[in-house]
Amino acid sequence: MSDMKGNHMIRKMISGVVGSAIMLGTATTAFADAAMIKAPTVAQQATMVNKGDTTWMLVSSALVLMMSVPGLALFYGGLVRTKNMLSLLMQVFMIVSVTGLLWATVGYSMAFTTGPTPALTPYIGGFSKALMMGVNGSTYAATFSDNVYIPELCYFVFQMTFAMITPALIVGSFAERIKFTPLIVFVVLWSLLVYYPVAHMVWYWAGPDFTSDTPTEGGLLWAKGALDFAGGTVVHINAGIAGMVGCLMIGKRVGFGKENTPPHSLTMTMIGASLLWVGWFGFNAGSNLEANGITAVAFVNTMLATCAAAVSWALIEQIVHKKPSMLGAASGAVAGLVAVTPASGYAHPMTALVLGLIVSPICFAFVTTVKNKFKYDDTLDVFGIHCVGGITGALGTAIVANPALGGQGITDYTKFPSVVNTTYDTVGQLMIQGEAVLITLLWSGIISAILYFVIDKTIGLRPTEDAEREGLDITEHGERAYNY
Amino acid sequence: MQYIIAIIKPFKLDEVREALSGMGVAGMTVSEVKGFGRQKGQTEIYRGAEYTTNMLPKVKLEIAVSDDLAPRIIEAIQQTANTGAIGDGKIFVIDLASATRIRTGETGDTAL
Repeated sequence: MSDMKGNHMIRKMISGVVGSAIMLGTATTAFADAAMIKAPTVAQQATMVNKGDTTWMLVSSALVLMMSVPGLALFYGGLVRTKNMLSLLMQVFMIVSVTGLLWATVGYSMAFTTGPTPALTPYIGGFSKALMMGVNGSTYAATFSDNVYIPELCYFVFQMTFAMITPALIVGSFAERIKFTPLIVFVVLWSLLVYYPVAHMVWYWAGPDFTSDTPTEGGLLWAKGALDFAGGTVVHINAGIAGMVGCLMIGKRVGFGKENTPPHSLTMTMIGASLLWVGWFGFNAGSNLEANGITAVAFVNTMLATCAAAVSWALIEQIVHKKPSMLGAASGAVAGLVAVTPASGYAHPMTALVLGLIVSPICFAFVTTVKNKFKYDDTLDVFGIHCVGGITGALGTAIVANPALGGQGITDYTKFPSVVNTTYDTVGQLMIQGEAVLITLLWSGIISAILYFVIDKTIGLRPTEDAEREGLDITEHGERAYNY
Repeated sequence: MQYIIAIIKPFKLDEVREALSGMGVAGMTVSEVKGFGRQKGQTEIYRGAEYTTNMLPKVKLEIAVSDDLAPRIIEAIQQTANTGAIGDGKIFVIDLASATRIRTGETGDTAL
């Protein structure tokens, strides 16, 4: 106890001398190192929490929820026909609610605890925190800094919002042609078999104060050194490929390619895209888990990549179609947000900007040329924007994280206190990123295919042709979006 | 009495209305309609999906007028709704059998 008090005082003293840190530069660092506690107890962790980080993480969690409802719901809803507006809104709203419950019952435990057996730890967590057992206001979660903690409930709810939005992204691929109940069944099973394992593989680790003692305690892709700051693989590639497989297995909409299916309200889509943009600051900058300089880096990177991608999409439309469209600008902004997600905490603002400029032409090619050539009905371009943009970002991260390009480099947590590696191997990192992308594509793609198949054979995924023509709002939900 | 039905470009509505009001037209019915004629539809592009809308939005005016006023009204609509481009619309005229003002029960020209 007296040790703890002593440490607490030292920490206070450190914060007291920050003002003269420049003068005392080296002395302060040495002082801080000496004060670091390896593998702190929960009681010690309680002294390593600050109100700024806690506040920021709670605000970020609310921002990420806003991305789903109403952001994503409106972004998607505006792009479908009037008769299917409510079906999209309801799908997103209910997926958020159902996966929230699932997260509290088993999801958090399956994603962020050690495996049921050590051999399973690289792939999936156990049930030690199921029903939020042992998770309360006096337990703490690690950040990316030594001896800095946030309340575990902050981490729980922040990660919950990610588990909510990811399955909601999928529905855009087969919008306007899916029954509601089978979709919810799919989302529950997909969360259990795809999202939690992939989140575990990429993000589960022991934390900076424990990794030097237990270097093998972590997910498969984390252990390989894959960089995914805010969820390029876990969220976007994961959802993007699940959507693509779904749109192929469920099939095209009735009348696809013959009837006009223009968006019913690009106004809604613009509002939705803008809410996504604002909420994404919680998503990316929040993913630093604390409020510090790197949080600001992620914030600024998110801003610049998005601006750049919106501009480059508008420019390419100006060149190809002679007219820059609002939908194009909104699509570009989302593509930029997706691409910068894995890179947000690693890139320099200028390389994030370049990443944004590059991603839009790539996604544009997919949603126009590639989609038209292969004639798949990825209704709202979940694959073309989220999966392709996510892959661009995941691979790009290997380049922009390089300190030689102003990136943040890689922190070595097997040492305590942790140190930033002085060397950086771009090609090696690119291979690791490629491997992470491939594993996510295969894991999510194959399991999703099995789930779609089983659900289609048992309760059926698709409404009747008549119901589809009538519109899902009336046939699935018994209401209309607009009664003028 | 004559019943004049004019299909015009939506943005010409205010101009036509102003012209007709100045001529003593006391009322008209306006609806937003869609249709096609010789005018080619517009091409809309949504993320690479190209749609040609063959039904274009127009405004339909319906005006009941006395026989002596009708030729001047038709001419005024033709003049003001004219842009010289394909798609300016059409004016149809049919004989009107009767007109009744619901409030008073007046019939014929006085009901207009």
